[in-house]
Amino acid sequence: MKVLLFGRLGDVAGWHERALEPAPATLAELRRRLADEDAALGEALAGRGVQAAVDMAIVRGDAVLAGVREVAFLPPMSGG
Amino acid sequence: MTVRLTPEPFEPGAELTGFCAGRTETGAVASFVGIARGEGGKATALELQAYPGFTEREIGRMADDATRRFGLADVLIIHRHGPIAPGEAIVMVVCASAHRREAFQACDFLMDYLKSRAPFWKKEHGPGGARWVEPTARDLEDIARWD
Repeated sequence: MKVLLFGRLGDVAGWHERALEPAPATLAELRRRLADEDAALGEALAGRGVQAAVDMAIVRGDAVLAGVREVAFLPPMSGG
Repeated sequence: MTVRLTPEPFEPGAELTGFCAGRTETGAVASFVGIARGEGGKATALELQAYPGFTEREIGRMADDATRRFGLADVLIIHRHGPIAPGEAIVMVVCASAHRREAFQACDFLMDYLKSRAPFWKKEHGPGGARWVEPTARDLEDIARWD
């Protein structure tokens, strides 16, 4: 599974895209794994207005990640 | 309807000519081009991050909304991503309809959306470093006019 970070989240983590194998079972588990590795990133992901997209669909709350190709974390969009 | 994201500079005049070619029944084509400002040397470059696939799809949804709202015959949206130098075109919106008012309004509506809610993340590089930019209060007021 691919994890993508956009905007300032990529600067906080120092990466924009990475593969995560084995994939976590749920979005909540993915958040925990990322936060355990990098507390600053965990805090940024929990920040106000940060949305998660599972295979390009915005999800609210938790989601099962079985069979999912990518999860993206999206800070507030700025427009162009 | 066409939505195109491109990391390369584009030529707005050529795009407009191509869009207008062969339209015998359209009547009105309105266009808008947004150009990166240098801010008197304060902004040396603008960097727009897009989520390829997601960004085009979300912009496409808004273009469909504009098509229904204003009864458009066609829409073209071209948007840059990646680094953009002052003076380069960032965005072009072209709307075709039977009469001018709808074409003007649809360009206005789509630009308000593109400037405030479209899935881009904007970084300004200046002499003092780089910073991520969020929509201005003015951008948010502009989009609220259409709700």
